[in-house]
Amino acid sequence: MKIKKKTEISSEIPTASMPDIIFMLLIFFMVTTVLREYSGLPVELPKAKRIEKLKSKRHTAHIFVSKDGLISIEDKLYKADAIMNIMYDKRVDDPQIVVSLKADQRARMGLISKIQNQLRKADALKINYSTKTAID
Amino acid sequence: MTGKRRFKGGAIPTSSMADIAFLLLIFFLVTTTIDMDKGLGMVLPAEGQEVEISKKNIVNCLINSSGKVLLGGEPVELRQLNRVIRQKLAENNKLVISVKAHEKTSYGAYVSVIDQLKMANATRISIAETDQ
Repeated sequence: MKIKKKTEISSEIPTASMPDIIFMLLIFFMVTTVLREYSGLPVELPKAKRIEKLKSKRHTAHIFVSKDGLISIEDKLYKADAIMNIMYDKRVDDPQIVVSLKADQRARMGLISKIQNQLRKADALKINYSTKTAID
Repeated sequence: MTGKRRFKGGAIPTSSMADIAFLLLIFFLVTTTIDMDKGLGMVLPAEGQEVEISKKNIVNCLINSSGKVLLGGEPVELRQLNRVIRQKLAENNKLVISVKAHEKTSYGAYVSVIDQLKMANATRISIAETDQ
């Protein structure tokens, strides 16, 4: 009896499904990356050292304050007194919202304080003073 | 010329598909900038939640319109603030630092004061309303 010789096992990696795998990766990256939604105002952020990262982009609301005292939320200009209503609605939609305050370093504290009071009234208490990293 | 056109198999070459998809993937990876927001995190006190703090546990930190800092009645250099606060916290760990800025103080000066406080590991920071 002749023992049958083992058939040769092909040692090549099957590449036929490679495009599908890569397309999957591509789609995953495209879905997960959140693009910047709003252009905001041109601001020169202050610099700080003890900075922390915002946890999630999805739970962040941005308030832009320019050096001339303009306030912009979602690319619309508002008066300081209107912030309470807007932020209140946002907070109802998403209770774990963090307000990222992107204010110009030359903005006046009078206005910032007004915004903070409005945020307190709207119960949006988590705030993040957006800064750049200081190098020394 | 009357040569009949021959049908030459209509398969799309798929061998390079992987390369094309890879290129697309790399393009998207490169172009999407993940600009993570970073900054100084703070929690504002809730509205109508004013807690009485005894006088010895509070230190006022005033910032004037030119960004000069007055800590508990004494002028302090901004760079020294972190060290001074650290000292004060070592003496009394229940210390609350109340930051009060003038209306015309620039936001940049305010942020650098908060930064100094954070550097001194001060957790109890209170934000008072601005002065006129």
